Amino acid sequence: MTNQGIGQSVRRKEDFRFITGQGHYTDDINRPGQLYAYFHRSPHAFAKIKSINTDAARKMPGVVAVYTGKDVAVDKVGGLICGWTVKDKKGEPHKAPRHDIIAIDHVRHVGDQVAVVIARSLGEARDAAEAIEVDYDVLTPVVDVVTALQPGAPEVHADAPGNLCYDWDFGDKAATEAAFAKAAHVTKIDLVNNRLSPNPMEPRSAIGEYEPGTDQTTVYTTSQNPHVIRLILCAFVFGLPEHKVRVIAPDVGGGFGSKIFNYAEETVCVWAARKLKKPVKWTSDRTEAFLTDAHGRDHVTHAELAMDKDGKFLGFRVETKANMGAYLSTFASAVPTYLYALLLAGQYTTPAIYAEVKAVFTNTTPVDAYRGAGRPEATYVVERIVEAAARELKIDPAELRRRNFVPDDAFPYQTPVACVYDSGQYAKALDEALKMSDYAGFKQRKAEAAKKGKLRGIGLCAYIEACGIAPSAVVGSLGAGVGLWESAQIRFNATGSVFVHTGSHSHGQGHETTFAQIVSDRLGVPLESIEVVHGDTALVPMGMGTYGSRSLAVGGSAIMRAADKIIDKGKKIAAHLMEASVDDVAYDKGVFSVKGTDKQVPMAQIAFTAYVPHNYPADLEPGLEASAFYDPANFTFPAGVHVAEVEIDSDTGVTRVVNWVAVDDFGKVVNPMIVEGQVHGGIAQGVGQALLEGVVYDPKSGQLLTASFNDYCMPRADDLPSYKVGMIETPCPHNPLGVKGCGEAGAIAAPAALMNAITDALGTEKINMPATPQNVWRVIQSQNLAAAAE
Amino acid sequence: MTISVTITVNGQPETRDVEPRTLLVQFLREHLQLTGTHVGCDTSQCGACVVHVDGKSVKACTILAAQAQGAKVTTIEGLAADGKLHPMQEAFREHHALQCGFCTPGMIMSAVDLAQRNPNPSEETVRHELEGNLCRCTGYHNIVKAVMAGAQAMRG
Repeated sequence: MTNQGIGQSVRRKEDFRFITGQGHYTDDINRPGQLYAYFHRSPHAFAKIKSINTDAARKMPGVVAVYTGKDVAVDKVGGLICGWTVKDKKGEPHKAPRHDIIAIDHVRHVGDQVAVVIARSLGEARDAAEAIEVDYDVLTPVVDVVTALQPGAPEVHADAPGNLCYDWDFGDKAATEAAFAKAAHVTKIDLVNNRLSPNPMEPRSAIGEYEPGTDQTTVYTTSQNPHVIRLILCAFVFGLPEHKVRVIAPDVGGGFGSKIFNYAEETVCVWAARKLKKPVKWTSDRTEAFLTDAHGRDHVTHAELAMDKDGKFLGFRVETKANMGAYLSTFASAVPTYLYALLLAGQYTTPAIYAEVKAVFTNTTPVDAYRGAGRPEATYVVERIVEAAARELKIDPAELRRRNFVPDDAFPYQTPVACVYDSGQYAKALDEALKMSDYAGFKQRKAEAAKKGKLRGIGLCAYIEACGIAPSAVVGSLGAGVGLWESAQIRFNATGSVFVHTGSHSHGQGHETTFAQIVSDRLGVPLESIEVVHGDTALVPMGMGTYGSRSLAVGGSAIMRAADKIIDKGKKIAAHLMEASVDDVAYDKGVFSVKGTDKQVPMAQIAFTAYVPHNYPADLEPGLEASAFYDPANFTFPAGVHVAEVEIDSDTGVTRVVNWVAVDDFGKVVNPMIVEGQVHGGIAQGVGQALLEGVVYDPKSGQLLTASFNDYCMPRADDLPSYKVGMIETPCPHNPLGVKGCGEAGAIAAPAALMNAITDALGTEKINMPATPQNVWRVIQSQNLAAAAE
Repeated sequence: MTISVTITVNGQPETRDVEPRTLLVQFLREHLQLTGTHVGCDTSQCGACVVHVDGKSVKACTILAAQAQGAKVTTIEGLAADGKLHPMQEAFREHHALQCGFCTPGMIMSAVDLAQRNPNPSEETVRHELEGNLCRCTGYHNIVKAVMAGAQAMRG
């Protein structure tokens, strides 16, 4: 038992089915009589639909139906919704123009759905989709936020004048201006946070199914939060009762945020299945994924940091333009606001902060939460400007950070941007990271690299993030349409094995192991006797799903609550069996005992007695199961320091990451192996953003130029280094496990650390992500030209 | 129009009438219900569909089923022999070289072929050889460790 509980690197329970090819992903599932959907998509970024001719397509072999937006409209299907209403500077709600599941009069980005073919085979559906003729009146598109905000720019929606979704601000403007007025030094920076495609390896997929006999609708879908999808489909899109709709998210091959949202395709499958009374399946191909999976980031930011003569931060102001794409996705509005500006204090005591954010519609794929969601963007701004300030002031970047850290004895710490940081040891993480990266030896390494003609740079990032989203009352007051608690249910079987039902969803995070470890640790049940069940609204109590590194902090806490209820009931049964008073029964790791005696009863016997209650307390219900819901008291704030070191070949512009150190404080760690894996993956996505990845639209035509893995550069094994991962543990004080959240940290920390290393090597701040060899080479050439001119 | 294709898959001869345009990966997934071989892209970049054709790793989305006529194909489902996991499968589990599991079958099949050709690969070799297999979850760190350990275990 001792090697299976909290704190142990237990090997994952879920792995056997994956390494033997026996996982069940949505596209692996086929239903009897299933039909296939294939979408005809807009080739234009912006156009008015004049007419659609589906006659030829309808006559093609195997075609069962061809539907357009007008067919959907006849059934009064609701549009896709945004579930978080942000209020602008004047208190007005954001603009959320209607988002039809199949376009009716306009298409607003390349890939917008224009029609769907339902056929007996995928090949037949695809062939027929090509036979659909659409007459467009092509309009001039706008793809970037700066152009979209200019007077006279094309308007993506008639009901969002000037393409403005909202003009929002946060923080104390007057206090921040006063801070700048007394500053000894002000550092300014302009940054672009490049648009990314999440690219989980499993493309999205859905099957809609309808049984007329029971009036039951079933949806298999690649979702991070099946209950949220059910809620949206029932309450907003179709007006169906929730008890007649079952959403199943089976094995899901990665999400990174992109599988949180309710999408048009799964919705069309449900609608068509109900109409045709046959299962309807759709699976995205990779180009469709690039065109339709919600993208991430895409900010343009100007920031200024005011300091006194010693480099103490006095004030920070940030102006950001955030690209929303063509429609407002499910949680898009919250990302550049409450998940962004509230993190702008970073790890520092900056007393006055003011942020202004304009959210902008463009003729591009919708943008929403992607690994980190707002927090990587905030960290990128804070940590780039802090590093730039250190260079301007000629203070060591580590020392400048240290001077401004929230001190260990200041927790709980109220920032000027609403957050109350729960706990942390920022200087300790920095010290450890500097030691592990041999920061002191860098100058010598730089000199040695210079002898080989290489430019070597080192960069730090001291990140903070808010995880465990979230106290429901808090997010409700900020505009969220849902509560953000989590559910759990522990069900003992008579012979002692256990089902753990969680409202969280695992799509790579290893919940089946981590959650089982918690239950094993708390209830003394062997790991192999525990089955974690998730992802099916018919099996699991209403839950809110997995995103924002919340599963363990919120979902795990719910499991702890349920375990406590099991123990409470177990004590009553144990007291009866041992003929003792309940108050005299002690419990420890699966064993009930009578205090001060050698009498004891194991959990398995309690479970058996609960289901075979022949000798049982008269006033107690049989059975041993407990449900719990957990609504967190606060966010929890993981933090840490990453150090990146690079070598740049000045002839080719190729950047090689030669060293990576991460020191993270995730509070209590349940499974270090899994947590380190999460850190590795996060760093890889952050390195991808900084070095390789970027969604590119042609500014004139609005065509997506990066619509396949040929054109969008995903990090590959030989692009990346091995990572050195260290951890410190400052437990979260307000949840029962003391845990914080680890899923997004790497993606939050890595871009700033790496760009700080690259700008250190190049000697200029003026380079944007991704720092591709071409971009780096251009900077080096322009510097050489400038040097030659002097 | 259909054509008859016979392929020996995991030791079992399988004959199916298929559309001529059927890819090997579709033959495996849709006609034989061997869904362990995955499809992650349309441009033969991601490697989720790697299987062995006559002992060599091949992206099953790059060839037609008809081109594999008469060939011996091994998929992830056929890798474990006599109910015992292949050493590379064991290494992936031991070193936490998978998270969501979607790239894993292709990654393991590539790794087995790699180790057969390079019984003692360096980290650099492993990283270079795995260029044709994308993983979005692990950052490759643990995959590289697992492949080196798996190769060692295969040496025996």
